[in-house]
Amino acid sequence: MTRIVAVVPAFDEAGAIASVVEGIRAFDPGIDVVVVDDGSTDSTASIASAAGAAVVRLPFNLGIGAAVQTGFRYALERDYDLAVRLDGDGQHDPAHLSKLLEPVARGEADVVTGSRFRDLDGGYRPPLARRLGISWFARLVSLVSGQRVTDTTSGFQALNRKGIALFASDYPSDYPEVEATVLVLKHKLRLVEVPVEMREREHGSSSITFVRSLYYAVKVTLALLVAMGRRYAVPSEEAPR
Amino acid sequence: MTPVRISIAAAIGSLLLILIVLELIRGRRLKERYALLWLATGVVLLVLSAWRGGLNTIAGWLGVSGYPPAILFAAAIMFVIAVLLHYSTVLSRLTDDNVLLAQEVALLRARLDALEAAEPAVTTTERPAG
Repeated sequence: MTRIVAVVPAFDEAGAIASVVEGIRAFDPGIDVVVVDDGSTDSTASIASAAGAAVVRLPFNLGIGAAVQTGFRYALERDYDLAVRLDGDGQHDPAHLSKLLEPVARGEADVVTGSRFRDLDGGYRPPLARRLGISWFARLVSLVSGQRVTDTTSGFQALNRKGIALFASDYPSDYPEVEATVLVLKHKLRLVEVPVEMREREHGSSSITFVRSLYYAVKVTLALLVAMGRRYAVPSEEAPR
Repeated sequence: MTPVRISIAAAIGSLLLILIVLELIRGRRLKERYALLWLATGVVLLVLSAWRGGLNTIAGWLGVSGYPPAILFAAAIMFVIAVLLHYSTVLSRLTDDNVLLAQEVALLRARLDALEAAEPAVTTTERPAG
């Protein structure tokens, strides 16, 4: 029996978290849900818990990267076979879960990413600036890693034990997805993209504001340049005790 | 040639720095590993300000002809940059450690909550009398 956990990072998502958790449980009640509450100031944790999720509460806000990593460490500790990450704001539709999970479950991939651009008729048209940024990083990552990647900023991912172990031991901090993609490819894990649509946010606003995009671009580009020269150790798949 | 008053003032300043750092170490308000760079700064500045001939020679090497004490500033700035860079690495390491601790605390608390939910009868407040 394959044990699957859905890792849901959430920061002040009291308005959206219940439907995210319920959506996953409705898709497959056999999937355990762990919500990583990244130091929320609202009732995200208790709502998630009431909706049937296990909740890991970070004592203060660590940022998305560290919150996601906490979820993968949870998955590693508890010997889950597969993990899938969905964001707590509801932008990742549980209806796509089977598409994401199938390649890892069949052993064809170590990491599967839901890409908004794999299928060009996907209908997702972000604003020009963001589209430029996304394609810049896609090109850069493809160049650095030697594999064509269309969506490096997607956090909608399914992983097997290898992928869980990698992300539990090493996951980038803020704006982590681009670097995480490079990490996966540098470690020679098999990455597969499947086309998905993402929903507009139902509540709150995206954490990427216009002012922060410059910091984002510089920080991630720097990290990618550094990543080219870094050495990569293979993490253990044993659960820490 | 460096004016004598500048040499005296700079020597007193460096000596003060060394004494303050030593006093902070003695009072355990500064760890030795973070004090070493400051001590090196103080010693180098003290040597450069007291050894007037040396300062002139170095200024000559570097092509500073008009005003040798500029070398004092340059040395001081270099050391301050070194100290700051060192602090940035320390800060980065502390940040990583802090994240790791927070994650560990959260995972342990989740585990504890699960254990307590499974075995609510266990009392944790019992203490031996006396």
